[in-house]
Amino acid sequence: MAAGGPSVFLLMVNGQVESAQFPEFDNLYCKYCFVYGQDWAPTAGLEEGISQITSKSRDACQALVWNFPIDITFKSTNPFGWPQIVLSVYGPDVFGNDVVRGYGAVHVPFSPGRHKRTIPMFVPESTSKLQKFTSWFMGRRPEYTDPKVVAQGEGREVTRVRSQGFVTLLFNVVTKDMRKLGYSSWPADTQSNPGPSLPQGTPG
Amino acid sequence: MNPREEKVKIITEEFIENDEDANVGKRKKNSKVQRQLRKKQPPTTGPDKMVSEESHPGNQQEPAQDEPQTRLLSVTARRGPCSLPPIPSASRTGFAEFSMRERMREKLQAARSKAESALLQEIPTPRPRRLRSPPVKELETEFGTESGKEVGSTQQEDDFQSYSRVKFHVSARKIKSKPQVPPGFPSAEEAYNFFTFTFDPEPEEAGEKLKHQDGTDQEEEEGEEEPPAQEGANRMDEEELLHGKDAEDFLLGLDHTADEFLAVRRADYESAHVRLQREKEMLFIPSRLTVPTYKKLPENVQPRFLEDEGLYIGERPEVARTNQNIMENRLLMQEPVRWFGDDGRILALPNPIKPFPSRPPVLTQEQSIKAELETLYKKAVNYVHRSQHMIGSGDPSGNFQLDIDISGLIFTHHPCFSREHVLAAKLAQLYDQYLARHQRNKAKFLTDKLQALRNAVQTGLNPEKPHQSLDMIQKTINEYKSEIRQTRKLRDAEQERDRTLLKTIIKVWKEMKSLREFQRFTNTPLKLVLRKEKVDQKADEEAYEAEIQAEISELLEEHTEEYEQKMEEYRTSYQQWKAWKKAQRAKKKKKKQATEEHPEEETEEPYAEEDPVKPTPPEPTDRAVIEQQVRERAARSRRRPGEPTLLPELSLAGSVTPNDQCPRAEVWRREDVKRRSVHLKVLFNNKQVCRTASRQLGTDFRVHFGQIFNLQIFNWPESLTLQIYETVGHSSSILLAEVFLPIPETTVVTGRAPIEEVEFSSNQHATLDHEGVGSGVPFSFEADGSNQLILMTSGKVSHSVAWAIGENGIPLIPPLSQQNIGFRSALKRADAISSIGTSGVTDMKKLAKWAAESKLDPNDPNNAPLMQLISVATSGESYVPDFFRLEQLQQEFNFVSEEELNRSKRFRLLHLRSQHVPEFRNYKQIPVYDREIMEKVFQDYEKRLQDRNVIETKDHIDTHRAVVAKYLQQVRESVINRFLIAKQHFLLADLVVEEEVPNISILGLNLFKLAEQKRPLRPRRKGRKKVTAQNLSDGDIKLLVNIIRAYDLPVRKPTASKSQQPSRSSRTFREKHAASPDTRSPTHSADYPLGQVLVRPFVEVSFQRTICHTTTAEGPNPSWNEELELPFRAPNGDYSTASLQSVKDVVFINIFDEVLYDVLEDDRERGNGIHTRIERHWLGCVKIPFSTIYFQARIDGTFKIDTPPVLLGYSKEQNMIIERDFDSVRSLSEGSYITLFITIEPQLVPGESVREKFDSQEDEKLLQATEKFQAECALKFPKRQCLTTVIDISGKTVFITRYLKPLNPPQELLNVYPNNPQATAELVARYVSLIPFLPDTVSFAGLCDLWSTSDQFLDLLAGDEEEHAVLLCNYFLFLGKKAWLVMGNAIPEGPTAYVVTWEKSHYLIWNPCSGHFYGQFDTFCPLKNVGCLIGPDNIWFNIQQYDSPLRINFDITKPKLWKSFFSRSLPYPGLSSVQPEELIYQHTDKAVAAELQDSRIEKILKEKIMDWRPRHLTRWNRYCTSTLRHFLPLLESSQGEDVEDDHRAELLKQLGDYRFSGFPLHMPYSEMKPLIDAVYSTGVHNIDVPNVEFALAVYIHPYPKNVLSVWIYVASLIRNR
Repeated sequence: MAAGGPSVFLLMVNGQVESAQFPEFDNLYCKYCFVYGQDWAPTAGLEEGISQITSKSRDACQALVWNFPIDITFKSTNPFGWPQIVLSVYGPDVFGNDVVRGYGAVHVPFSPGRHKRTIPMFVPESTSKLQKFTSWFMGRRPEYTDPKVVAQGEGREVTRVRSQGFVTLLFNVVTKDMRKLGYSSWPADTQSNPGPSLPQGTPG
Repeated sequence: MNPREEKVKIITEEFIENDEDANVGKRKKNSKVQRQLRKKQPPTTGPDKMVSEESHPGNQQEPAQDEPQTRLLSVTARRGPCSLPPIPSASRTGFAEFSMRERMREKLQAARSKAESALLQEIPTPRPRRLRSPPVKELETEFGTESGKEVGSTQQEDDFQSYSRVKFHVSARKIKSKPQVPPGFPSAEEAYNFFTFTFDPEPEEAGEKLKHQDGTDQEEEEGEEEPPAQEGANRMDEEELLHGKDAEDFLLGLDHTADEFLAVRRADYESAHVRLQREKEMLFIPSRLTVPTYKKLPENVQPRFLEDEGLYIGERPEVARTNQNIMENRLLMQEPVRWFGDDGRILALPNPIKPFPSRPPVLTQEQSIKAELETLYKKAVNYVHRSQHMIGSGDPSGNFQLDIDISGLIFTHHPCFSREHVLAAKLAQLYDQYLARHQRNKAKFLTDKLQALRNAVQTGLNPEKPHQSLDMIQKTINEYKSEIRQTRKLRDAEQERDRTLLKTIIKVWKEMKSLREFQRFTNTPLKLVLRKEKVDQKADEEAYEAEIQAEISELLEEHTEEYEQKMEEYRTSYQQWKAWKKAQRAKKKKKKQATEEHPEEETEEPYAEEDPVKPTPPEPTDRAVIEQQVRERAARSRRRPGEPTLLPELSLAGSVTPNDQCPRAEVWRREDVKRRSVHLKVLFNNKQVCRTASRQLGTDFRVHFGQIFNLQIFNWPESLTLQIYETVGHSSSILLAEVFLPIPETTVVTGRAPIEEVEFSSNQHATLDHEGVGSGVPFSFEADGSNQLILMTSGKVSHSVAWAIGENGIPLIPPLSQQNIGFRSALKRADAISSIGTSGVTDMKKLAKWAAESKLDPNDPNNAPLMQLISVATSGESYVPDFFRLEQLQQEFNFVSEEELNRSKRFRLLHLRSQHVPEFRNYKQIPVYDREIMEKVFQDYEKRLQDRNVIETKDHIDTHRAVVAKYLQQVRESVINRFLIAKQHFLLADLVVEEEVPNISILGLNLFKLAEQKRPLRPRRKGRKKVTAQNLSDGDIKLLVNIIRAYDLPVRKPTASKSQQPSRSSRTFREKHAASPDTRSPTHSADYPLGQVLVRPFVEVSFQRTICHTTTAEGPNPSWNEELELPFRAPNGDYSTASLQSVKDVVFINIFDEVLYDVLEDDRERGNGIHTRIERHWLGCVKIPFSTIYFQARIDGTFKIDTPPVLLGYSKEQNMIIERDFDSVRSLSEGSYITLFITIEPQLVPGESVREKFDSQEDEKLLQATEKFQAECALKFPKRQCLTTVIDISGKTVFITRYLKPLNPPQELLNVYPNNPQATAELVARYVSLIPFLPDTVSFAGLCDLWSTSDQFLDLLAGDEEEHAVLLCNYFLFLGKKAWLVMGNAIPEGPTAYVVTWEKSHYLIWNPCSGHFYGQFDTFCPLKNVGCLIGPDNIWFNIQQYDSPLRINFDITKPKLWKSFFSRSLPYPGLSSVQPEELIYQHTDKAVAAELQDSRIEKILKEKIMDWRPRHLTRWNRYCTSTLRHFLPLLESSQGEDVEDDHRAELLKQLGDYRFSGFPLHMPYSEMKPLIDAVYSTGVHNIDVPNVEFALAVYIHPYPKNVLSVWIYVASLIRNR
């Protein structure tokens, strides 16, 4: 690291899970976690979090506001496996059972700056009408074995899901040394001079 | 909120106050409630309330005005919320103001009383509102948004209604009696307000609001005044509408009626007719009728049908005719034209839906399935990646070259041109034209032609060829003549043009000269010289005259012809005219008579017919006139005779005036020109490939480049473009123009290509502030600015384009075939059928026919490639590439060459990781730079790759096994790869957790559970939650081993006489002390006089080198009941199912005897301290592979302890003898047993078997039958194993009975006991058990059980239960026994295969892996349940109630007990066996075995033992070792039986001085590691007595086919002192 400059780049994400739109539900809380590739490692901050329970606002828009902060820093050597935030929202059903109200995931924005993301949330559907009824009745709705599956494509073809609502996230993204490592995530016009070409190791 | 609303609120409040004034007492209550009401309501209710308050009283007071008023109000109210001015009063005149003031006053009064009445009635009830006329309803809906609030208020209102009714009369009286504030005298403020209000209502309102806030005394009055004013205004509007000027009187009258609250008026009713009428204005119902086309088109436009014109229009989407009509009508109501196309139909895109499915139909699984599934063998061919560009790849050399020579550029106009330049350019142009004409000299050519024609006519007229008919001659002459005429005209025109050109040249030159003179400098070196060529005047004149004469005569001739023709015409028409005239005359006569009779009618029809004009006779041609004409024309177009011919010559010889003599503007211009530079860019296929150097613009506006560009190309060029850029100073360059160059013919090659000029012109507009004339702007040469010219920048590029010639003289031109389609985009070509390899579509004619039949629209762009293909194909020059390109754009995306990519270590690492190569699968944080990646990262991997090919003999002692191991490794890898692919198939259950639908029984159970006791006396085991493996980490998983009890452990045997009296120190501890607590152990043996404990066993469990042990129990049947917990670590921290399945670790459960030795040297100290040494003697062990635990989830049962055949110092004879008498069951089994319960915490979900259907060579019917059979069996007994098909080592499904076939065991085995079949059977079983065991689940992770045939099994020398069982069964069949394969569950293996034989009277169950056999009724038989029996020709499924071998009947002939696969309905088809005809056994090389035995195994084991004792000296007793070595072959020959006593005796004889503890281990040989592990697990090395010695002997007995039986005798010796 002494001679050749940085050997990792850093991605600092802070922001918040701002609010949600779940037209039919109330008293929800949300859980977030990050899914990232093998070349990524969190260096600071919280990888997972669980928010307070929020009730609908009384006004017409009926937003569920959490304003739940996210703050994490990753280091990485490779943009492959760029972190995704996985959100899962839970809340009580009519019988008071805690059931899942939505899963959703989105990549952390690539370019530095302030980004607002609204992600649609969905839940897995029951496999049959009868199951649907019993799951409703028992308060044991189908859930993903691991919420992180929503961040990957593998095996999703066997599931059926239903849309539930939306969650709005705010990200403030700061990157460090990406340019030095030859990655540019800026729009082209803001680049005054092109960064160094892809790093090629010197032999030996 | 908005002021209006606020105001209304205030008004109402004031009303209340008024009321309070008026009727203090009674009203108070009312008003209080009222106030509360007000307070409760948010201010937004304003407009609504206003309406209700004001309009309702109006209803009662002014019936006549009510409706319009409310409507007006509604209008204002509607406006209210958005724009404030409530009253349209701005246009009021002075008079209106005046009259209004008065009215206002009255209104004030009226309003007061009204307000009171309003209070009484309060806010009107909803009922009257409902009765109101439609406009009011409209108003309600207007405020529908606030209905919620309204409801709130109306509820209260309802309460009030009754109350207010009661009060009604009282209040009415009071109003009457109470004098109002004198209305006639408005205060100044009132007046002010009034005026301001009238002129500008808004500021007043604002001011008013302020005042309200002030809370002054005026407030009340103002407030009171306000609303009436408004109302009045409102009313006035409508009064003007309704009554005009007399509204005033009417209003005055109204004041009186205002008090009449109970005015009744009839409900408003609008007749249906009126309403319909009104609706008609608003509503529109589109008609369904077809709209005539003319309506849909702009006026006077005829519909145009593009399709008829041959343009492609797609097929429109299907829309019902009526719907279309409705839509059209609707659109017509709005804006008709935009929506309709030229054909008068609604514009529509073509229907995007294809009429045919794009996915090929799935073939139904009918009887033809076999044919479709039949696989063809094709040899695998390595895929050679072609990275060549798509077109080049088909051809040997993909490089073609195009040479573009750009020599220069000349501007014919440029903004910097001065006027002189313009003229010069013009002159140059004209001169060029002249030169061109001169070169062609058309005039001369035509003249010659004319001459020739004339001669021809001459000869034609004087016929010298009489044989030709006169007619013909006449005809040809006529033809000639007409041709002469044509030619002459042409010639004249040419001559005239020549002349005018010359004239213009001269004129321009003159202009230029005058301009030069005028401006007093010259800019251009142009100079025109007119050379005169003298001509011979006489000859010239003659020729001229002759020409004219000839022409005249010709013309005359023509004219006479014409004249005659005309005369003819004239005559006929004249005749006609005459006839008509006559008729007319006759008519006139008649008419005259008629007019006399009816004179008035004469004028009626004067001339019914148009009378033909009297034809005028044509004038005969006058020669003089013609001559005149001819001469004139000749003078105009021809050189006058004798006049010299003028030959203009343009030269650049002139001199340009130097700068210092020029005026400033010109100098500026010249400087500007100098600052300009020009360059060209060459665009190939719209991509810039090169550009010329930037050259300065010369003063003559010529730029010389002289550059040649060689373009290396792959494709046939589509376009070649030159872009001309001009740069002024240092600013950016401007694109002046684009020039398209033609692509040269293939014949044009470098060197032969001529320089061509291409003109260009720009639409650039430039105005300059110097002499330059600019471009695109008008300028003039004249002083007065007339005759304006607009010139655009233009010029010529001289260039040449040619194909280059290669080194060997071959032009580098893309082949013609490419060229055919090269004009189209390369990408498109890739899409076309041609590039997907239409070699398959061979019959082009058929294709064309099909295209014609299916009526493909040739204009449809979608069909273009097809059409083109057809046209190309039918035209014969079909070019169809015979390749199919998958990655046609690969090269475009290659940003580095492949070698470079491969060189990159980082890329390699990433690549290997994404390929799930085990070494890198979990590699984290791959470094950014290559230099940070250590080379050693790859070392392991590379080594492994090398190992794959090189057989390494280091780890494997004999080469054969090395080969086998390698082979197994490879099979394993391939299967694992297959498994990894199959693992991608997820099931819903893998991803989504969903509760099962409870069925009735579960529901019932659950209900029952509610009534269940909280803590039942007999608790039942509850199922644990299963954990999916992926989210686990180190330390999460524990292995729980519950050691419950053991039976029949060997007991210590009193040592023989010699050692019976050992020195005191070596006496066992127990001998002296403690009586045996174990009551069960029989102590009546004479050998145990002191009641010594027979054995003190404890259990040690080792797993993954973690060791736990229980406490020590006592006696041969100890009970520990202890739970041991061992951590589990998955390899590489990978807890995925696949990884867990391949864990090869084994749980060793070793039973030791703890022996305490008193080491006290001195008896005197006995009282003070205890010095004992603990020794542990190995009694036996149980090995359970982890994979078994993993798949079984729990292992629960009693296992036979694997005890060594000879256990020196121990025996179980004594108690056995006694017990055998009583317990017949136990007598059957010899050996010790241990009861265990092993499980994993948390419970892991074992991997699912690979859900993969393997292909098969079995008959399809058979396969279907197997499926059916299995389904039926599973339905009845889902837990019983039923096997019909298995997968062979090549991954194909094979029917199971094909594996069973009599096979010969090694002959030498048969020779051992030729007369004892039972012994032979045992020997054979032993041979089979000596083949190493390797579970499939370990080698082939993922539970795909592969069955190898017996020869494969013997070659591999490894297999699991199935292979062993199959081989054993085959041997038994060969021996003539009745034998079957038993599929069932055993302990500890789980699902496994055993062999059952019928021995005359009873059944024997053989464990093929251990070689042991059990009787059917042996309780210790590890086989616990039986699923099915498999014979060589049938399968029988157990359909008995029980499945334990103890309780079932093995008689397969009873169909009630055994369901057979092949029955009468499906007879056995006689399946051939997959096994070989005969097994061939090679003798194992004894020398190799001996070498292995001595030098390898023994050496390694000795080293290992020394390694395990790092802190102690390890001495080897050679004498003992040799003794043991002699003894081991005996053990082998007797199979570990009946040698113990002899052995012991011998040992005692030889090693009398030593206390000896040791035992022989016996195992099949596979690798070194299991041997080492086994030795380690005995713990012999653990003795740390200082003077201990060790002995280790190894014996390998070779069996045929490299099956080796390994005996290891390991012992420790302690010298007795």
